[in-house]
Amino acid sequence: MWEGFRHFADTYLMWNEGPLIWMSDVLILLTSIGIVAVLTYFKKWKWLWDEWLTTVDHKKIGIMYLICALLMFFRGGVDALLMRTQLALPNNHFLDAEHYDQIFTTHGTIMILFMAMPFIFALFNIAVPLQIGARDVAFPYLNAISFWLFFFGALLFNISFVFGGSPDAGWTSYPPLSELAFDKGPGENFYLLGLQISGIGSIATGINFMATILKMRAPGMTLMRMPLFTWSVLAACVVIIFAFPALTVALALLLLDRIVGTHFFTILHGGNPMMFINLFWIWGHPEVYIVILPAFGVFSEVVATFARKRIFGYGSMVVALMAISVISFFVWVHHFFTMGAGADVNTFFAVATMAVGIPTGVKVFNWLFTMYRGRIRMSLPMLWTVAFVPCFAIGGATGVMLAVAPADYQYHNSYFLIAHFHQVLIGGTVFGMLAGMYYWWPKMFGFLLDERLGRWAFWFFNIGFYVCFMPQYALGFMGMQRRMYTYPADLGWGTLNFISTIGAYLMGIGFLFMVAQIIYSIRYGQRDLTGDPWDGRTLEWSLPSPVPHYNFAVIPTVEDRDYWWVLKQQGRTQELRPRPEEIQPIHMPKNSGRPFLMGVAFFVAGIGFVFNWYVLAVLGLLGVVACMVARAFEYDDEYHIPVEEVQHTEAALGRL
Amino acid sequence: MAVMEHHLHEASGARRHLPMEYRDVHQSLRILGFWLFLATDMLLFACLFATYLVLRTHTDGGPTPRELFDVPGFTAETFILLTSSFTGGLATLAMRNGKKGQLIGWLAVTMLLGLSFVALEAQEFVKDALEGATMQRSAFLSSFFTLVGTHGSHVSVGIVWMFLTLLQVLRRGITPITARKVFIVNLYWHFLDVVWVFIFTIVYLSGVVM
Amino acid sequence: MANASGQHTAFGPGPGAHGEEEHKHGAGLYIAGYILSLVLTAISFWLALTRAMPLGPLMLVLIILAGLQIVVQLFFFMHVTEGDGPPWHSMALLLGLIFTFAIALMSMWIMSFHYQVQ
Repeated sequence: MWEGFRHFADTYLMWNEGPLIWMSDVLILLTSIGIVAVLTYFKKWKWLWDEWLTTVDHKKIGIMYLICALLMFFRGGVDALLMRTQLALPNNHFLDAEHYDQIFTTHGTIMILFMAMPFIFALFNIAVPLQIGARDVAFPYLNAISFWLFFFGALLFNISFVFGGSPDAGWTSYPPLSELAFDKGPGENFYLLGLQISGIGSIATGINFMATILKMRAPGMTLMRMPLFTWSVLAACVVIIFAFPALTVALALLLLDRIVGTHFFTILHGGNPMMFINLFWIWGHPEVYIVILPAFGVFSEVVATFARKRIFGYGSMVVALMAISVISFFVWVHHFFTMGAGADVNTFFAVATMAVGIPTGVKVFNWLFTMYRGRIRMSLPMLWTVAFVPCFAIGGATGVMLAVAPADYQYHNSYFLIAHFHQVLIGGTVFGMLAGMYYWWPKMFGFLLDERLGRWAFWFFNIGFYVCFMPQYALGFMGMQRRMYTYPADLGWGTLNFISTIGAYLMGIGFLFMVAQIIYSIRYGQRDLTGDPWDGRTLEWSLPSPVPHYNFAVIPTVEDRDYWWVLKQQGRTQELRPRPEEIQPIHMPKNSGRPFLMGVAFFVAGIGFVFNWYVLAVLGLLGVVACMVARAFEYDDEYHIPVEEVQHTEAALGRL
Repeated sequence: MAVMEHHLHEASGARRHLPMEYRDVHQSLRILGFWLFLATDMLLFACLFATYLVLRTHTDGGPTPRELFDVPGFTAETFILLTSSFTGGLATLAMRNGKKGQLIGWLAVTMLLGLSFVALEAQEFVKDALEGATMQRSAFLSSFFTLVGTHGSHVSVGIVWMFLTLLQVLRRGITPITARKVFIVNLYWHFLDVVWVFIFTIVYLSGVVM
Repeated sequence: MANASGQHTAFGPGPGAHGEEEHKHGAGLYIAGYILSLVLTAISFWLALTRAMPLGPLMLVLIILAGLQIVVQLFFFMHVTEGDGPPWHSMALLLGLIFTFAIALMSMWIMSFHYQVQ
């Protein structure tokens, strides 16, 4: 009995690994008990189920994505601080090699797939239907499924930390290291299945928003009148639906290698590990454009709003977005120039990579020209946008350096590369997502985030960023390679590494300020009573904050780009107020618990495959099938909001 | 969903000329969604084809494509699937003509053809495996079984799905919703036929030739 | 999402009700498509199994024949030209086809480097 427990604890709970795991277990246990206790004490279980777990409302789904993204930002950030602490001094043994491997793996995976992806999806959900004048996305039920697949995929990945062991083959998970022969543990399986499940959700989101944008626009909202954020989402969706299948295949084939014993990527029996790398980057490179394009969209909205000018070169912005989304499929080999595919291959992909710089440059100049002679207000969203420009420009320039194939043999996998992609991903995506969060926060919650604390957060994070990553360019040139867990003292890397660690901690303090800012603002933040706190330009600002769940009582008819701004200039804002006689009953989709249950079923199946418990896996998959069959026979999935209720809501908001 | 009522007001007359499954905007929205899904599924097969093309010569001394492939077998599979694509099309036609009986009949025929395709393929796989050509034998066989098997499992899913659709037509007749469902499941079926055309071209015929 | 019985239904009465006012769709198109697909398949099989051409041109012809089969399925069976509004689905398919061929062909090109571990 005791031996059995001991075996279980050591194998699955890793209690033999020491105090860090024990502490995490205790913290997780306490947090869980706390959540359950609070929900029970305030009798909120039913509220949680009715209002959140079963919702198909795009605004609530967006908020749930945002919460997950911020939590994952925290987890990924803690991983980063652990790594920087380990590297602060030469010959450090704060972490051992094995734990260091696990931490850089989870840091990378979480930041890309479970932080950046839900963050962009949060903004998709919150802004797109409101910007195009729709009442929800094209497929609200599918949207809920997407969220819960992401959620349970992320949960499956994260649970490996305290149950079974974390993956440790890097976020790119290259074979043969990630093959069964070299990586027995369940961690790698957690990686493969967590990503697979959330990846299916991402594909569904891509299809959903593409259909929404193409088909659900309000009358008069022609493509060339769409806000640029919506355009950027369309461009990102193009990339999602064509790139994610490659990830699905890469993960599935590696999983087959591990659990069925096939030989796609093994060294023996004719397998070719480089084929995984090829497939992974067919997805992986477009993926970085998936997370950067929506950030570009946010910057376009923010720049126009806070410079109080129409965006400069709207048409060229659209062309640039679409060009980036297509060219992004023809650059993937630059991640493995050193494979030695030959001068012809490397030249093609080097040139294609550099070509992406052209539309990107067009966009940067357009933002600058929009700001030129504008009456700029340096509110928080604008602050992050202004900080983005130089940061991304440096990151882009070092990217072009890396794109030179012969030179890449020198930079490859060095800290120069690390500094480069952190500069574009943080300076581009993270700054963009934070700008977007600040920008749409009042629309989501009805209050603004505190400006003063936000500035502290901004400066700590920004200064911290440069202190952290500029030394890493130099370290790369000095020969420091990525993923090394420690280094000897006589290489002269100590000082720069120590500085870099200080920068990482400054960024951590910046994040804490953001947390403080959110908590403070919930209580004391300025309430948004007008629905238009930034003097905005697009349709979402014509609605009250937070938006009623049917969004538009009467669907507007759009006559111009930046229509809300135009109406304000002409004193015609009353036209977007609903008139009582125009209000008609509104059909809305019913809530459903099935997407949540389907996520649970996927999770159960995932656990089953991770540990090769096939009975559990089959049970989980049967649950998935049951959900789909039940959906096929569901016909009554809508309800009406009667006219009186709409009128009542609108009157209470003072809009009638 | 009434997210789009404004279209509906204008559209009730104007949509009359459209084929049945498109007349209700909500159904036509779902058809677009399904086309987009087919586009992503196409990329899924693109990656499997790419893997096969890269690994097909990596036989590791095991069976080669030429030794493995059985010409009468895949010819029969091809003929059956092409015919089922045709009968699936006839089901769509019957749906558009409002002929419930014919619709059900053609769906049933299509499913039966699909079942015999899957049965032949399973038989082929079992025969290969018994001869030692398992997917664990070599990289070529791993990629062959995965590519062709993924198509086969798509077909199997299609059969189950078609059956569920058939049940709904039986219960509810031809309504805008069931019309859309019939149309979509047949889109899926024709798509799988196209994938098979590439499988017999790139896998089987090329394998026999080389 | 869609509820046909709702008051804003565009569809009006069920399809049976206005069956008369429409002309019946014929099966001609489908039969033509079926025959075309059989003929194209037969040509492919005949060319390959008799090895009528050298390998390079043969592969090219086979791929072209397969491409024609896509066209047959799309136009004769899948009604790719129908629908309401701009043909977004055709654009998505076209872009998808470009990426499909790019991924398959470029993967072969990229992975043809001299890698052998035996």
